[in-house]
Amino acid sequence: MVRAAGVGQGARRAGLLLLVLAVLWGAWEGFRALGVHYHWQHPFPVDSTSMPHIHDMLRALFEHPNAASPLLIVTLLKAAAFTAKEAALGFAMGTVGGFVIGAALAHSRMLQRGFLPYVVASQTVPILAIAPMVVIWFGSQHVTAWVSVAVIASYLTFFPVAIATLRGLHAADHRALELMRSYAAGTWTVLWKLRFPTALPYLFSALKISATASIVGAIIGESPSSIQGGLGGAILNFAQYYTFQPQNLWATNLIAALLGIAFFLVVVLAEKIVVRAAPENVA
Amino acid sequence: MTNVVEIQGVSKQFKGGTVALQDIDLQIEQGEFVSLIGPSGCGKSTLLRIIGDLIEPSRGTVAVNGKSARQARRDHDYGIVFQDAVLYNWRTVAKNVALPLELAGWPRERRQQRVEEMLDLVELRGFGDHHPWQLSGGMQQRVSIARALSFEPALLLMDEPFGALDEMTRERLNAELLQIWEASGATIVFVTHSIAEAVFLSTRVVVMSPRPGRVSKVIPIELAQPRTAETREDPRFFELATEVREALHFGGQVEVIA
Repeated sequence: MVRAAGVGQGARRAGLLLLVLAVLWGAWEGFRALGVHYHWQHPFPVDSTSMPHIHDMLRALFEHPNAASPLLIVTLLKAAAFTAKEAALGFAMGTVGGFVIGAALAHSRMLQRGFLPYVVASQTVPILAIAPMVVIWFGSQHVTAWVSVAVIASYLTFFPVAIATLRGLHAADHRALELMRSYAAGTWTVLWKLRFPTALPYLFSALKISATASIVGAIIGESPSSIQGGLGGAILNFAQYYTFQPQNLWATNLIAALLGIAFFLVVVLAEKIVVRAAPENVA
Repeated sequence: MTNVVEIQGVSKQFKGGTVALQDIDLQIEQGEFVSLIGPSGCGKSTLLRIIGDLIEPSRGTVAVNGKSARQARRDHDYGIVFQDAVLYNWRTVAKNVALPLELAGWPRERRQQRVEEMLDLVELRGFGDHHPWQLSGGMQQRVSIARALSFEPALLLMDEPFGALDEMTRERLNAELLQIWEASGATIVFVTHSIAEAVFLSTRVVVMSPRPGRVSKVIPIELAQPRTAETREDPRFFELATEVREALHFGGQVEVIA
């Protein structure tokens, strides 16, 4: 019974997913058809360059962009794997760094007053302004370029984690803390046995944001470091040839989106495993 | 008999000026079951927290087991039960009970053995692998009692532990608590605002009055032990309940109603 219900639910979810995809597909093609028919000039002229057919984008994946190169999907999957490597390292560094910063700020009100404004300010500086400096600093120390990109990605990922850690470590119930005090538990014990588990649902919300942000950070970070092998390189390349082959850039965007979704799902899976003790907290 | 709790001249004034407690003197002997009863705002929970060194008195001294309250807390001399079970949701029932043992550095095997014993004591054998949210409120509170008693503290502090439960569950847990009390030999300080509960459970009832919190009367409850369902129907039970009620209403002064 339970199993049958599970299968039924899975089928319903798959059905819903397909339905939403069909609606989005229909909206794109419908808008396009109307725009072409009525020669819309606003918000932009609709034609095969501005809005290629979705089936053209998908078909482009299985064609050779030019005679010398392999199938587009092969190029893009290689690029995605490369970008994923950068993003994963950036995500890991951002998570650790964000947690340490958040925990330090949570521990001391004085640190919080002194440093929190700068942590917030760090996110108002555009990543495009930071990226070249990171590349120059690390490049001068002969650090491999992709590691510099990971550092740039971590700059986007540490912030949500730091804020969620700060909030989550203070989320423990007043009585739960009194209980720890009654056991004469030390600061570290309270941190690991009570505050950290309480913070986990907050942390995972932040990790979901960071997971996708790490992909964005890696893609943006690739351009100032002149890395060609990743999705950022592919996007710059296909953007130059957009007028001739717009479907190639759209196909690249599609792969980038799928990579982001994959990262997100990994975090959701990790959350299901780690926070299984409190299912009502799992989004 | 030695005093497990010795309170002398304790006052507590909160920031902002509220006087929660004024000049409290109270001695509690080993093996006693003492209830603190009074209307809300009389400082009974505050007094319990001062005994447990969860807050500090503004004046006066508290000794537990002949030591300062702080030292007693550090030595794990008492267990505490709150109105809510305050179980950690991410831990199983068994791991919740084992928490104080873990913090005290007990080896795993000894921990597991003790947890089994404690779950037997509170009649939750077989629930060790459950998570707290899978249990009813009454069962959760029994887990909380098992946790408080797991390291065999000399003193058990209970802050309205059954206040959030329905009357039937409360009476059943009252009876269970008395059995546990007898089996463990612990001294219990019990905060409540139920007269029946205080009289049924206690060897002494400390009646408190509010603004500022003071002890208005101490009433020994010399009902026969062990207490059973019949105890609640004993005429003496009603007389004592009436005495507590009058002490609550008239601040300890017997008024003759014409």
